[in-house]
Amino acid sequence: MNARRCADVIVVGAGIVGAACARALAQRGLEVQVLDDYRGGATAAGMGHLLVLDDNPAELALSAYSLQCWRDWAPRLPAGCAYRNNGTLWLAADAEELALAAAKQQRLSTHGLDCELLGAAALRAAEPALRADLHGALKVGGDGIVYAPNVVDWLLAHEHIRRCRAQVVELDGAAVRLADGRRLAAGAVVLATGIDAGALCPELPLTPKKGQLLITDRYPREIRHTLVELGYVKSAHQATGPSVACNIQPRPTGQLLIGSSRQFGSRDPGIDGTLLARMLKRAVHYVPGLATLNAIRCWSGLRAASPDGQPLLGPHPHRPGLWLALGHEGLGITTAPGSAELLAAQLCDERPPLPVAPFLPQRLLPEAADA
Amino acid sequence: MPELYIDGQRISVAAGTSVAAALALAGDGCSRSALNGTRRAPLCGMGVCQECRVSIDGQRRLACQTPCRDGMRVETRR
Amino acid sequence: MKRAYDLAIIGAGPAGISAALAAAASGARIALLDDNPVAGGQIWRDGPQVRLPALARRLRAELAAQANVDCFAATRVVALAGPRGLLLEDEQRGWRLDYARLILCTGARELLLPFPGWTLPGVSGAGGLQALLHGGLPVHGERVVIAGSGPLLLACAASARRHGARVQRIAEQAAWSTLARFAAGLPRWPGKLWQSLRLLDPAYRGASHVIAALGRERLEGVRLRQGGQIVELECERLACGFGLVANTEIAQALGCALRDDAIAVNDWQATACDGIYAAGECTGCGGSELALLEGSIAGYAAVDEHARAQALWPQRQRWQRFAEALRTSFALDPALRHLAAADTLVCRCEDVPYAALAGHAGWHAAKLASRCGMGACQGRVCGAAARTLFGWSRPAPRPPFTPARIATLLELDDEQEPPCAP
Repeated sequence: MNARRCADVIVVGAGIVGAACARALAQRGLEVQVLDDYRGGATAAGMGHLLVLDDNPAELALSAYSLQCWRDWAPRLPAGCAYRNNGTLWLAADAEELALAAAKQQRLSTHGLDCELLGAAALRAAEPALRADLHGALKVGGDGIVYAPNVVDWLLAHEHIRRCRAQVVELDGAAVRLADGRRLAAGAVVLATGIDAGALCPELPLTPKKGQLLITDRYPREIRHTLVELGYVKSAHQATGPSVACNIQPRPTGQLLIGSSRQFGSRDPGIDGTLLARMLKRAVHYVPGLATLNAIRCWSGLRAASPDGQPLLGPHPHRPGLWLALGHEGLGITTAPGSAELLAAQLCDERPPLPVAPFLPQRLLPEAADA
Repeated sequence: MPELYIDGQRISVAAGTSVAAALALAGDGCSRSALNGTRRAPLCGMGVCQECRVSIDGQRRLACQTPCRDGMRVETRR
Repeated sequence: MKRAYDLAIIGAGPAGISAALAAAASGARIALLDDNPVAGGQIWRDGPQVRLPALARRLRAELAAQANVDCFAATRVVALAGPRGLLLEDEQRGWRLDYARLILCTGARELLLPFPGWTLPGVSGAGGLQALLHGGLPVHGERVVIAGSGPLLLACAASARRHGARVQRIAEQAAWSTLARFAAGLPRWPGKLWQSLRLLDPAYRGASHVIAALGRERLEGVRLRQGGQIVELECERLACGFGLVANTEIAQALGCALRDDAIAVNDWQATACDGIYAAGECTGCGGSELALLEGSIAGYAAVDEHARAQALWPQRQRWQRFAEALRTSFALDPALRHLAAADTLVCRCEDVPYAALAGHAGWHAAKLASRCGMGACQGRVCGAAARTLFGWSRPAPRPPFTPARIATLLELDDEQEPPCAP
């Protein structure tokens, strides 16, 4: 392809992951051209919950490292990014779940993370709006919330980053072709378009997991922590059919953001009423007072899920010049900073801050693709 | 003549009077405080703009589309 | 709770009432839904000191006499529920209604454009002031300025005077020449002669528009441009309406096609969706006479009485010409797009100023960056304003179509009891 070199690196996709990658590369002195079609993706649709997850050691390492990055960024984030370090409460509905909470505390503490097991009375004192018969909760103090679309603008405001509205229709190693026919080249192309990556790179094993969210009107603040049921992990990551779990997040506006749901294979942006109702039932089950609050908006988004649940961060094994930063499922906003560091370190031949092996794309793309 | 309470103040109004009108009969007609602290009053009068949402017996409702009823407790939002 | 009807009609203004009456003779089981506490729509809004026109009283009496029409007042449509179902909310509860056929008579709302001071208490819409007056808003002895565009300004002035207000000025943005042409044509339509006489109102000015509402804590006056002059008037109330915006959200969610920002219908008032009809201002603004005819045609067509529907086509055509005259006479002056200053709030829910929106690529980008349209009005006011100001497409509707209790949304779970007979 006859292409004009426009930058050291082209980043395709200006979601939170693409923006964080662009920033990490720009900070290393590289000139970065960011291309985005402004269709909006999971960054605009997500909850903005910054949380440590520990389903496996790789996920724990990446999310814990990223949370530290967020806390480092926090003092510099503009007010519009709405960062709050409000902590997550993992709710235990019964003795069995309380045991799960204790085990989780063990794992997180071993990793040096701030967490505290709350008994029933301490939980009631912390969040009086919760139903009274819960057995307790695990409080993860380092977790937070953010408004990701404005973080993207903050990340991209860098002297070495140029941002351009353009639709990429073809990838060719370290070059791209745009919908208007132009061809742009660079030293490397980073693909960070989430679930939309399939259109450019059909061999990627990504499947959409649709989620739906609801937000209430503004009310006097009665909930402080993000409230997640411990059953979340089971429903989010082990189920194969549609699943819902209680996930209630107090926004700095006084609104409550309520999730969460997972639907496999659907790309329909419409709201599934039945699933929405079941999701809300979980939330009302934990916080009965929600029932009388006014909801003002619902929306959906698509998480890009990889077969093993971990993102793809690194070189495409069969397309020299193309690098991947995608497949973050529901954890893209949380792990954007860590993902960007892992990608930039590989691209610049530095020693990465974490082991990269669990995230290398070649683990999921073993055979040479026809592309 | 329904008798109701607006921000604690008792007022009786003609049957069929809307809560939006009662806000003006009882006081300055305002329904809520905006984010910047300034007061706001009903704007569209027909259930669209949401400026007139107040708390009526503990539920957030539109003053312009709610007729006054006996014993109602209306709180404007400060 | 779930109920099933042969025909559901959303909106009980002139179009909805006449649709219900036309369809009722067939014996079909009909549900007539409206979010206001009483049927009548905006034009026939009832209230403590309101004397409704004879026609409105007659139609309401006829409606009350129909045993097969159930009227649900103070009932909002919150979401679609299944392929032929609606989720509704009234004061007490959320419930579901299944229909075989549907007529949308969702009316129109006012186009409210931002200008400096428009958030001051004392400023309302023009139709807004009229509606508030019908609800018993006290204005006796108050000085009122009315500004914007269209015949609604005159109707608002008449209501205000009836309630004892002193109307200081009616500022119509359209040029005098256009108004004169419109007035000269009015006697062609029955009952409209009086309207042409109203244009002789001493307070009425053409080629005039609002520049700013003045005041500190509440409205104290208004600055107007009248022709080439700037004038300031003291007043306690300012009512501004810049025309009407069809309420198309439910139609869009159903997949109905739009034309010129209104619901597209054919000669039978049928939308692009099978079994779904639309009538009245939501199909394009044309006044109550046209709405009544469209409603009747939709009502007959929805119960397959095509001959009776077709018999009304010539009358409808006549009033469609009136609607066309309205549209061309009161087309908005582009200067009205530049009333807002940099710090004028465009989104009143989230306090987003004009400067935070200007320069964005479109509604979606502006919303994500500024929170414009993320508040309780769901972009109904600022989305329509942004369409006029920046030419952006209006936001796509999503449930809930109106703020609704979470308890209501719980009813969307399909594993509910089967429908019961109404």
